[in-house]
Amino acid sequence: MKALSTRMRVWWVVITIAVLVWSLLPVAAIFATSFKLPSQLDVGTFLPKTWSTTNYEQIFTGSAKDLFLPALRNSIGISLIATAVAVVLATFAAYAIARLDFPGKRLILTTALGVSIFPVISLVTPLFNLWRNIGLYDTWLGLIIPYLSLTLPISIWTLAAFFRQIPWELEQAAQVDGATPWQAFRKAVVPLAAPGVFTTALIAFFIAWNDFVYGISLTSTSRARPVPAALAFFTGASQFEEPTGAISAAAVVVTVPVVILVLLFQRQIVSGLTQGAVKG
Amino acid sequence: MTAATADVSGQVVTDKPAKGRRSDRSRSEVRLGWLLAGPAFVVMLAVTVYPIIQAFFDSLYSYRLTAPADKHLVGLHNYVVVLSDPVWWRAFGVTTFITLVTVLVEVIVGFALALVMHRAITSLRGVLRTAILVPYGIITVVSAFAWYYAFAIDSGFVNHWFDWVPGIDTNLNWFAHQGTSLFVIMASEIWKTTPFISLLLLAGLAQVPGDLEEAAQVDGATWWQRMRKVVLPNMKAAIMVAVLFRALDAFRIFDNVFIMTNGANGTTVLSLLAYRTSIGRLEIGLGSAISVLLFLCVIGICFIAIKLFKVDLASARGER
Repeated sequence: MKALSTRMRVWWVVITIAVLVWSLLPVAAIFATSFKLPSQLDVGTFLPKTWSTTNYEQIFTGSAKDLFLPALRNSIGISLIATAVAVVLATFAAYAIARLDFPGKRLILTTALGVSIFPVISLVTPLFNLWRNIGLYDTWLGLIIPYLSLTLPISIWTLAAFFRQIPWELEQAAQVDGATPWQAFRKAVVPLAAPGVFTTALIAFFIAWNDFVYGISLTSTSRARPVPAALAFFTGASQFEEPTGAISAAAVVVTVPVVILVLLFQRQIVSGLTQGAVKG
Repeated sequence: MTAATADVSGQVVTDKPAKGRRSDRSRSEVRLGWLLAGPAFVVMLAVTVYPIIQAFFDSLYSYRLTAPADKHLVGLHNYVVVLSDPVWWRAFGVTTFITLVTVLVEVIVGFALALVMHRAITSLRGVLRTAILVPYGIITVVSAFAWYYAFAIDSGFVNHWFDWVPGIDTNLNWFAHQGTSLFVIMASEIWKTTPFISLLLLAGLAQVPGDLEEAAQVDGATWWQRMRKVVLPNMKAAIMVAVLFRALDAFRIFDNVFIMTNGANGTTVLSLLAYRTSIGRLEIGLGSAISVLLFLCVIGICFIAIKLFKVDLASARGER
């Protein structure tokens, strides 16, 4: 690689700073807001005048505790279960699609694609009515089922793309040695496929974690309401107080773990999102 | 099973080692295939096809949850009501506007970011990719609040930072006017979803043959000429897929609007209209009609993309 001219170097530094500002400023802004004193929210500065953890106390031990903590528990539980179910189902389906020759492969992939572009709000009205009649309204199961419409299609596509790149000689070797297709799958393929499955789970979890439409439509209390929906129902300490601080603090709490996951596994996420996404 | 067929199939199908018992094998393969893929297939249909059929069925009735006994068949009357209401057409216009603007900006910004990631000098590549990926991990609702508070007249800093820009001063209430509200809503939407589009475009960039570009450079082509004649034509499929996916996603926009304006000042989008009708006013019949119409709009966008722009989704998404 030839040495860069000083001008190019300066250009790259400028570009990097621009990208950093664009990507991080909104996150930094809500982070800064979350440490502002409720009385100093309207000073109009970016950084707080006095750094305070009042807002965090409010959501963990204070008046917003009963709104935030159950929502956090619901979000984690529902998203994890919806992810697990989707990844298990998708692993089997993607293996079949990548590996076996059977009529209907195309149909399954096309269906997954169709489901992934489905307007979520179109499903909300019928589900809202049905859930109320059969008692699934405002329950975990009542959210896990529709979340599968978000997590399952992308899991199938991502995993099918991953599985196509696995060196299948190992599986064939196992079959030549007398293993059944099922044994070959379990013993030879699963260890190789694990990284792809993990990445898929991560992406599916983000999608479930991000949901808002189902969250506000199919729940009504803290029994099942996930965090994004709960944020929209936050109220201030008194009716004259804006819940800005509490919402910002809660937003930071649910953002930090996900951002850490993104940073830790960025390589896998990038390959997962683009695997076989563009082959044309 | 004759030797001749084995030879013929051996030439065509090279990755099947067991030629001897083809029909047995393929029959068990079909069974295993559906055994493995069937559950996922059935679940996908159950969570989408069934509700949309139910929605279509409900849309034919005058049906509100506040008076469930009053439910009666009205045929396509709900559709007539919706389509002859200016509220629907205004929401349709706003949604289309948001879709067009955000997708256009995102393709340009996303392409710029993809180029940056593609060409970045090694020491900066990690930092850049990390930064670009951060918005992807942020919940849309959180992004909406972050942008809302930044622009809000009481708690925001934008008015203070940019008061030198003509038209912006500390008294500007961004969420009191249609244009400024839509600006912030679209900014949040663009910020949150550009990483996805730039990753798709980055994958497309990686497919452009490097020697082709080099050859053009040796022949004296300018940067712009190389982009236009070599890079972009080779990325057409990637761009088309990215645009279609983002357009379909943008058309469903809901979270940002709900948090920032809740549809005030002419910012009601179609998803919000459907939500308000069904969940807010409990008009299941009318709400179902809007849901079905929204679904048809999405189908329409797909149809236009595939027929007019010849986006081959199946091949582009990696299917052989």
